[in-house]
Amino acid sequence: MTQDANVSLVDRDRSGTVAIHEKDRRDAGHPLDRLLRPGRIPHIWCSGCGLGVVLTAYLKGIQKAGLDLDKVSIVSGIGCTGRTAGYINLDSFHTTHGRALPFATGLKLANPELKVTVISGDGDLFAIGGNHLIHAARRNVDMLVLCVNNFNYGMTGGQVAPTTPVNSKTQTSPYGCWEHPFNLPYVAAASGAVYVARWTALHARRLMESVAEAVKHPGLSFIEVISQCPTNFDRPNKGGEGIDLMHFYEKNTVVKNGSDPKEADIGLYTPIVCGKFVDIQKPTYDSCYANMCTMSKGGKK
Amino acid sequence: MSPDVLTGEHFINGNTASAEGAIAAGCRFFAGYPITPSTEVAERMSRRLPQIGGTFIQMEDELASMCAILGASWGGQKSMTSTSGPGFSLMMENIGLGVMTETPTVVVNVMRGGPSTGLPTLVAQADVMQARWGAHGSCEMIALAPSSPQEMFDFTVRAFNLSEKYRLPVMVLSDEVVGHMTEKVVIPPSDRIAVFNRRKPAEKPSDGYLPFKAGEDLVPPMANAGEGYHMHVTGLTHDERGYPVITAAAQLKLVQRLCDKVRKNKEDIIAYTETDTEKADVIVVSYGISARTSWKAIRAAQRRGLRVGQLKLDTLWPFPEQKVRELAGKVKGFVVPELNMGQMVFEVERCAAGKCSTRLVPHPGGEIHDPADILRAIKEVAS
Repeated sequence: MTQDANVSLVDRDRSGTVAIHEKDRRDAGHPLDRLLRPGRIPHIWCSGCGLGVVLTAYLKGIQKAGLDLDKVSIVSGIGCTGRTAGYINLDSFHTTHGRALPFATGLKLANPELKVTVISGDGDLFAIGGNHLIHAARRNVDMLVLCVNNFNYGMTGGQVAPTTPVNSKTQTSPYGCWEHPFNLPYVAAASGAVYVARWTALHARRLMESVAEAVKHPGLSFIEVISQCPTNFDRPNKGGEGIDLMHFYEKNTVVKNGSDPKEADIGLYTPIVCGKFVDIQKPTYDSCYANMCTMSKGGKK
Repeated sequence: MSPDVLTGEHFINGNTASAEGAIAAGCRFFAGYPITPSTEVAERMSRRLPQIGGTFIQMEDELASMCAILGASWGGQKSMTSTSGPGFSLMMENIGLGVMTETPTVVVNVMRGGPSTGLPTLVAQADVMQARWGAHGSCEMIALAPSSPQEMFDFTVRAFNLSEKYRLPVMVLSDEVVGHMTEKVVIPPSDRIAVFNRRKPAEKPSDGYLPFKAGEDLVPPMANAGEGYHMHVTGLTHDERGYPVITAAAQLKLVQRLCDKVRKNKEDIIAYTETDTEKADVIVVSYGISARTSWKAIRAAQRRGLRVGQLKLDTLWPFPEQKVRELAGKVKGFVVPELNMGQMVFEVERCAAGKCSTRLVPHPGGEIHDPADILRAIKEVAS
């Protein structure tokens, strides 16, 4: 792979739409090409991983939502999911481990016109970045948080995570995980997120539609995507290959829209409750801050 | 003329002056976490920014504060945080991210005694090496050391200008005494305050803008998010497109430029104040509050007929190597009083390179030096 060739494969017409140069037409058959950075595919994810599905669903979701793509920013932390930002041909920021949310908060508040999405993993958002997650949700900063939960630290070779189900084997829980895991939708909802949903990597279409809905929902929206990790998590736990996990999701997920996220705990290969758990309206950080500014100048709300 | 700049004479403390300097320089985003003895900076910003169209946010910790100001900078705002020792330690990781992603922003550290929680309300100058080397990896830093509320204003303005010009987090290393000292501060009319804004790309988004391609000045022009450039910004080693490239060759190219953009512009960045150094036998090299403590000792020595001068370091990093080398050839020795057990003294000693003696006057903090200790050191070096 050359690093400097084909720097500008994409171009824009007057309406701002990205067009593909003639020399890259061979790949133009895929409708998402214009949203992927030239020269960055193939991605680094393992075969059988769910992250490709998540990336596709996200890109289709923001297309469906009809966002001005020049105003969309993607912020990721570190890890397998953290690499997502690097593949998307929009303004994208690959920050430090756990810190995508505070970075995104600064970005959004500095320019409220931006539509900001944080895409990161369960370890990044709920272990090292857990404090930032609850505070971003509490503030109700207007952004989408897409959390891919594969129950372990995949990038570093499969260690125990705050989402690892009890008794699961990982490289740092070789006798089975003995800690209680987080129930992510429950944490997000309790912290103040106004839109909370969970899907799996099998639910490509529902995930896409959920993204399209959530990016337009004012306030902090949180979507958890359960993903298989055949290389690092499902191998020691004998869950099988990617396709086996797809079959598992097919047989063991129950869609319960509007159900209490408290009931959405996940065990090792136990049934998974999916759906939209929370969809409420609450003043966003932006609007509350604007009100305070008006008052600071002696005006009324 | 901007009505947001409080032109006039004020009687304010150093931390307040720093906040006003930030506003005068165009800062409109502040994220921070309360910590003594820096809190007055955040308090002032929380009062002022909502009134002038800016954003103030108190984050959940200093890690978040540092990240938020980086994000805000990419959102197009000049941004700042303020902190002290323990908070400064927490910021190190993302100061590194700021260096790697070439993000202009300003970090004010009002230094207190450590290690650890140490002396929350009392002075020290023990973070000067952390400012230089605290973030992991190889890089060059810029740090300014004010010694009065007026310099808190002036140096904060300059910190913003340097950060915008060279695209990196710039530090203002103040200390508890300078931060809390109340003195006259003159804020000039806004049209007499030099303000530098980041250079923007000449190319349109369709012209193949390379976000990390630098010209001769080694500093790439900077687009903000939302302007249509669809750039990628990463803390990984990257090429001119901003794309990750995990090779030794890419590392060499990038890290060399990140270091060179400061090293090759040293003359523009380094600032110091020389007093009575012309015929001096002894030169006191000092900074921050210790630069002022030194004066009583220098005057007393001069009254006793000793030829003593002062080199006051207005910038600590990059270190004024050339100046210290030049002075080392002319004097008997340097005296370096600092509120730590020996940090900048090693830089002075390195540049003196054995041509003259170098004498540290250490103090672990909690109070400023007794000028008598500095005077004793001056006498010993002079004899």
